Amino acid sequence: MIESMKTVFTQPNVLFLLDGLKTSLLISLAVVILSIIFGTLLGLVRNYERRFFGKVAGFYIELFRNTPLLLWMLGCAFLIPGSTILVKGSFALFLYTAAVVAEIVRGGLNAIPKGQFEAAHSQGFSFFQSLWYIILPQTFKKIIPSLLSQVITTIKDTSFLAGLGIMEFTRSGQVILGKVTKTSEVFLIYGFLALVYFLICFTLSVLVRNWHNRNSENV
Amino acid sequence: MNSTNPFALWRWEALFQNFDNVGSGFLRTFQVAVLALALSLIVGMIIGILSTAQNWVPRSIARVYVEIFQNIPLLIQIFFMYNGLAMAGLVLSEFTIGVVGVGLYHGAYVGEVVRAGILSMPKGQHEAAYSQGFNYTQTMRYIILPQMVKSILPPLTNQAVNLIKNTSVLAIIAGADLMYAADSYASSSLNYGPAYVLAGLLYFLLCFPLATFSRKYEEKLKKNDSIVVDIPEVME
Repeated sequence: MIESMKTVFTQPNVLFLLDGLKTSLLISLAVVILSIIFGTLLGLVRNYERRFFGKVAGFYIELFRNTPLLLWMLGCAFLIPGSTILVKGSFALFLYTAAVVAEIVRGGLNAIPKGQFEAAHSQGFSFFQSLWYIILPQTFKKIIPSLLSQVITTIKDTSFLAGLGIMEFTRSGQVILGKVTKTSEVFLIYGFLALVYFLICFTLSVLVRNWHNRNSENV
Repeated sequence: MNSTNPFALWRWEALFQNFDNVGSGFLRTFQVAVLALALSLIVGMIIGILSTAQNWVPRSIARVYVEIFQNIPLLIQIFFMYNGLAMAGLVLSEFTIGVVGVGLYHGAYVGEVVRAGILSMPKGQHEAAYSQGFNYTQTMRYIILPQMVKSILPPLTNQAVNLIKNTSVLAIIAGADLMYAADSYASSSLNYGPAYVLAGLLYFLLCFPLATFSRKYEEKLKKNDSIVVDIPEVME
């Protein structure tokens, strides 16, 4: 066991794995930020624009919610010309996650009592002012647990990028796997990958639960 | 000279002449999804019941199961079964890995849905059953679970949609599923556009009716003031 640890966790191997982890986390961060912005827009348009743009947003959301992420990753990788595969794969993850965020935002918007809008209007707020100052702040407070759990899902989803050969955490683990021969070494590498993902996601899920419990006590 | 447009007509003709490949991939995806769903329902029911037990031992077992399977990416679990277990002498077919891997992973999510469902039942239901001389098993079997099924149907159906989508990870281990069939046809013929569009359409045909049913049924439950199990933490 100690022997295997020495062969697996050499300094270059560990640095290589950490580099992959850094890529995974940076992709997750960029995807989460961008998809919260785009997803909120989609959710708002779907909820408040009943004509053309609302229908387009609805179609977008249903399309991405009912087809696999991997399909979009492969599609973007092979059908979008130019750019690097890392950007194209992450772009697919962003498009996909935005659809999920849109549904979360819509759920939050629908949970805000209608009276909030009416009260804002009666105070002379325009539609956009009521959204920005009254509705959205309350919506985001409500949906923080769902958004956080979507962050966990996004971190896990970046592992699909390994299928495109992008050097993120899972793929860098596979590269190290290709260099070892013993069963114990293979188990050690999988154990390490699983443990790192677990620690990151579990910590976030504890945050989700605490937030949820604290807020449901307040209600 | 054929057009080089990735969606040119001739590419579609070529795709439909090779429909058999994609068709058998679709069948494989369907089979894996049905069996994995059955497994995840069985596992989820057990985990859900264990996690609402009085005793802390079954509760901890359920907790550990859920945390491990929810917080490690599905792909790592699939790779482990594909490479790791094979190294240790347990060689499973891609089909088995699909059913067991996806089934156990979603079993954790179904377990959380079932747990929320049991907890959403009014306490009086348990007490009334006990007062009529039902024991724990009988209460669960005849009183709690049958009533709960209705209220957890929408989140369960959402799980089924996600499960179908997640069977596509099999493509990464050459699992002969729809995603793999479409992708290997695409890369051998270079007809990427039509192959991916067709695969997307077939996945959509499986998932969209389920997702629509889930939404409609939830709206109906809300309108009737029935108990609605809404668990934002269980998004996957």
